[in-house]
Amino acid sequence: MDRIYLDNAATTPVDKRVLEAMLPYYSDVFGNPSSLYSYGQEAKKAIEEAREKVAKALGADSDEIYFTSGGSESDNWALKGVAYALKDKGNHIITTEIEHHAVLNTCRYLEKEGFKVTYLPVDEYGLVKPEDLKKAITDKTILVSIMFANNEIGTIEPIEELVKIAHEKNVYFHTDAVQAVGNVPIDVKKLDVDLLSLSAHKIYGPKGVGALYIKKGVKIHSLIQGGTQERNRRAGTENVPGIVGLGEAMELITKNLDSHINKLTFLRDKLINGILEKIPYARLNGHPTKRLPGNVNVSFEFIDGESLILNLDMAGICASSGSACTSGSLEPSHVLLAIGHSKELARGSLRLTIGKDNTEEDIDKVLEVLPQIIKRLRSISQIV
Amino acid sequence: MEVYLDNSATTKVRKEVIDKMLEVLEEEYGNPSSLHRKGYQAEKLLKEARENVTCLIGGRPEGIIFTSGGTESNNLALIGVAESLKKKGNHIISSTIEHPSILNVLKFLEENGFEVTYLEVDKKGRVHPEDVKSAINDKTILISIMAVNNEIGTIEPIGEIGTIAREKGILFHVDAVQAAGKVEVDVKKQKLDMVSLSAHKIHGPKGVGALYLSEEVRIRPIIFGGGQEKNIRSGTENMPGIVGFGVASRLAKESLEEVSQKLMGLKKRLWEGISSEIKDVHLNGPEVEEGAPHILNVSFRGVRGEVLLHALEEEGIYVSTGSACSSKKRGGSHVLKAIGLKGDLLEGAIRFSLGIFNTEEDIDYTVDILKKKVDFLRRFKRR
Repeated sequence: MDRIYLDNAATTPVDKRVLEAMLPYYSDVFGNPSSLYSYGQEAKKAIEEAREKVAKALGADSDEIYFTSGGSESDNWALKGVAYALKDKGNHIITTEIEHHAVLNTCRYLEKEGFKVTYLPVDEYGLVKPEDLKKAITDKTILVSIMFANNEIGTIEPIEELVKIAHEKNVYFHTDAVQAVGNVPIDVKKLDVDLLSLSAHKIYGPKGVGALYIKKGVKIHSLIQGGTQERNRRAGTENVPGIVGLGEAMELITKNLDSHINKLTFLRDKLINGILEKIPYARLNGHPTKRLPGNVNVSFEFIDGESLILNLDMAGICASSGSACTSGSLEPSHVLLAIGHSKELARGSLRLTIGKDNTEEDIDKVLEVLPQIIKRLRSISQIV
Repeated sequence: MEVYLDNSATTKVRKEVIDKMLEVLEEEYGNPSSLHRKGYQAEKLLKEARENVTCLIGGRPEGIIFTSGGTESNNLALIGVAESLKKKGNHIISSTIEHPSILNVLKFLEENGFEVTYLEVDKKGRVHPEDVKSAINDKTILISIMAVNNEIGTIEPIGEIGTIAREKGILFHVDAVQAAGKVEVDVKKQKLDMVSLSAHKIHGPKGVGALYLSEEVRIRPIIFGGGQEKNIRSGTENMPGIVGFGVASRLAKESLEEVSQKLMGLKKRLWEGISSEIKDVHLNGPEVEEGAPHILNVSFRGVRGEVLLHALEEEGIYVSTGSACSSKKRGGSHVLKAIGLKGDLLEGAIRFSLGIFNTEEDIDYTVDILKKKVDFLRRFKRR
């Protein structure tokens, strides 16, 4: 049985072309980029080429791109790095209730260290209200961190407007764009963000590598210290094949971004409309149009999300009940609670995230299988 | 002919490792946290890799926390323990010849209210256990000493230091990045509480490493988020990297004795060749047979290390002047200074680091070329 993979927000398969680009750097060009001889210099060159590709895809300058081990590290670095660099200026950070845990848990840590954090609420669609941000900024505010697009419900935040508000008060703006990169056109110069996190394995690149965009002049401390790699800002021998893979993945995904977005949007809307048509007591989570092109998130009443996932898995469909990071926990999704769901309804949610390799047949298959499973589960449901 | 003698900087990934990684990259792309089959398969691979890495140093598989490499492991160990034990004390003991990922973190901790004793080493680069003992005070919360020095190959007495630390109830961290797979590292026998490891030094991939934690250790994360790695290190696991690290660890463990004998044989051959063929050379660090089997550091009087490095490169021989991490820094190696080198001995140092793919022919070729190049450069200099 061919499995249908609809969990592309958790991770994506590596594109063959990305893999091809990476392979030489495991064997032939295995040198340490810090080494002075040609072996090392070839690896160094590969890193710089990858940096240019990432920069180009984001509209950044290449010396504003810093490679990390992934989205979580980038988020941690942005928050802790700016907090400590600006602690003499203020101790207040603004974020939202629906951020990824890499941001939320770093904020909780910073609270223990004496920082104050405001968690902005969101509306029923998961949108942050610009006027809420405006009101929350004080003269102690040093950083605003708001995600570009939510990983669970796919809502795309009004980043450009939010950045303007932060900048009117001279406050740095960081955005976790892990889910948005490769799914939404992004130009850091136009958006004017100060810091932006991204990850390779969400865009058909390898796991274990990501980047942080740091606008020139932004004050930030290092998170990982040691050797002088990444212009003295991120120590550790560079993950050369991973970095090459990230560069390649960024180039590939931005090259055909329009057609990628169109394809995913078509499949997404077909899936959403099909589900809402065929299954009673179902509601779409997130915004109908301001959402990631591949994201479908639906709550079913009288359903336990986890049994739904397991049943879909048995039918050969890989799905998720929320974000992968929290799928092991029994807590209902903090995002669904933030958009006003009861705990019961939050537990009955299903996330299907479409990727570039999915086909219309995949969607048809889900629309055939899912209603049957829901019907069966509801007939034996213990939740009243 | 190409001779790669910079295996302490990084190593070529073994074919067995790449094969297994490719399987993960091509087929097993799941996120281990996902509840569906793809996730479950990834989780199984993760568990297997954890067991494989454990075999390299003993201890319990649950103690392995995967990181992005040796540098992150060292950062996590030091900052993590310092923050979690700061109410108990603020004193840390280390040495003057540690890797920059230890020294720079210690400097950072000093700026944040911690006190650090940097133990001096002897001419062979050895930390003396009695110095550790006398440096301990009632504020000491952590001792961090490397198992093998990355520049001169000194094997530190971590077993003895482990015993002292355990007696005093102080946590002992060992940076074993250069030691793993070459000399014995055994968390039980040597009483180690924390061990840093890196995959790319043992023919695994770059971008992955681990920090081993014994059950007693309480640590504050430096990367927060989804709670992976028992909440100690968040972030989606670098699956191909971790799996590759596992395979590399198992292979390194299985061939430990054979490899260390082979490397020691090559190292002796290299030193015998150099010392008999070339005048005015100086062995830096421990006696050949006392040091780690893969690292030989030699100064060629009157020849600048960097010049010799490039001269060797012309003939396809790749060596380094010190560690790769600090290769661009000026002012000479902190390790060589710590063992008392000065002047042209300090500037004329070359590190040869051997690996499993090196042969006797590599060594003989290297000696031959070295002799020619050193002679030439010395003549050139005198003119």
